[in-house]
Amino acid sequence: MSLEFTSSEMMSVTAARALKNDMTCFVGIGLPSEAANLARLTHAPDVTLIYESGTLQTKPDVLPLSIGDGELCESALTTVSVPEMFRYWLQGGHISVGFLGTAQIDRYANLNTTLIGDYREPKVRLPGGGGAPEIATNAKEVFITVKHSRRTFVKDVDFVTTVGFGRDGKARDNVPNIGRGPTVVITDLCILKPDPETKELVVTSLHPNVSREAVIEATGWEIRFADQLETTPEPSTRELEVLRDLKARTSAHHSSTQSGQQ
Amino acid sequence: MAEFLSLQEAVSKHINNGDTVAMEGFTHLIPFAAGHEIIRQEKRDLTLIRMTPDLVYDQMIGAGCAKKLIFSWGGNPGVGSLHRLRDAVEKGWPHQIEILEHSHAAMANAYEAGAAGLPLAVLRGYVGSDLPKVNDQIKFIECPFTGERLAAVPSVRPDVAVIHAQRADRKGNVLIEGIVGIQKEVVLAAKRSIVTVEEIVDDLGASVNACVLPSWAVTAIAEAPKGAAPSYALGYYDRDNAFYKDWDGIARDRDTFQAWLNDNVFEKGAA
Repeated sequence: MSLEFTSSEMMSVTAARALKNDMTCFVGIGLPSEAANLARLTHAPDVTLIYESGTLQTKPDVLPLSIGDGELCESALTTVSVPEMFRYWLQGGHISVGFLGTAQIDRYANLNTTLIGDYREPKVRLPGGGGAPEIATNAKEVFITVKHSRRTFVKDVDFVTTVGFGRDGKARDNVPNIGRGPTVVITDLCILKPDPETKELVVTSLHPNVSREAVIEATGWEIRFADQLETTPEPSTRELEVLRDLKARTSAHHSSTQSGQQ
Repeated sequence: MAEFLSLQEAVSKHINNGDTVAMEGFTHLIPFAAGHEIIRQEKRDLTLIRMTPDLVYDQMIGAGCAKKLIFSWGGNPGVGSLHRLRDAVEKGWPHQIEILEHSHAAMANAYEAGAAGLPLAVLRGYVGSDLPKVNDQIKFIECPFTGERLAAVPSVRPDVAVIHAQRADRKGNVLIEGIVGIQKEVVLAAKRSIVTVEEIVDDLGASVNACVLPSWAVTAIAEAPKGAAPSYALGYYDRDNAFYKDWDGIARDRDTFQAWLNDNVFEKGAA
């Protein structure tokens, strides 16, 4: 009998399970970082985590608030400069998985972290691309984790900051020397994967106690479901305990004012 | 050889209205003290370059120092938006600013090309992204050897680079440790540079492969203890994550921001 769990915990645990022990993962901040470290603390102790601040093979005890927290550097095998990170390690082909979050995602897994509305007159200005545009093409594959809502899951993103498969699903066709792109999207409701032919995202697994209707309601396009629709396995007691410990440590760490300590 | 100046003198002497200024420090060693001095001296019409304009540029933009911002990720890491940047872009307060945005990979390459004295950087980037549609500084070229289509961006060659480092020795050699980011590249890419340091010491204590900027590659050094706070300096003090969270509330409102700026920047002298 496992513990009760929230939909957010279901998402984090499912995202963590996507990472394998032998992967080299370029980690985005926020949900991807939580999932990647949960993987490292449970089934994938040797997974290599890399953050764009230059920290290679890092093992933080608490989740970083920024991608450059001291914790990442001090627990890393080594720390390289930012140009070296992007040129040698990412563009050079050493990253098996880029793990990204997003503000908007569309049916072809294009990501928008730039703005809502028109570029010259934005309704909401978002932070921008950061490392994602090149992580998404230079990593061998991409995992995406994001909360499922109609505001986030839109038919067409307002701006393609980071390519999934383009506006027509064909953006990667015949482009040499780039990765496969998104292979899985993990939300708090379900798992989606691109259709092998059209590249449109299809629901392949529903999380426990989530209905098709709930996914349809939270998606801004006519979402398709796989013929062999699966039910995502529940989190184990250990996964939940490790996740809760990690979040509690992180919360305590970031709420205290650290300045002045040597 | 680097000249030792007070922070007030360094900013006054080396940063002019209208300059292109790159203040770097990739989530570590962010030169806040220097940014505050620029605000106090009411520098105007600056073209500000920075990969991750976080709180320091939010403060400078809100204070009216910026004409243009060139960046690749403008947020409060792990917290949310930069409200002063958004207010400038969305509502034109305190005035409209022009923005030019890149990806991190492109900017990192552009700084490196600047340090290498090249006019452009080439990368496998921007595939399928809309960013080239809104930034005319992103072009595509064909590799003359393989025919591969690659992205090209102009190198970054600012008038002034501003960075913070752990320490300098008495000759003006500078040691940077930890997340070294893009600091060496920005100093070498710039016409002039200001380096603030936690302390000036007899011996840097640098290991053989350490990131050291020789005195003759730096224009001015100013001692500024806690000069990166609320960011951090590895080996000296930690990142003040609580302040980063508090900033969200302070910066959300124009009046609260101006009160904060008054109390914490204008009424405090140079460090």
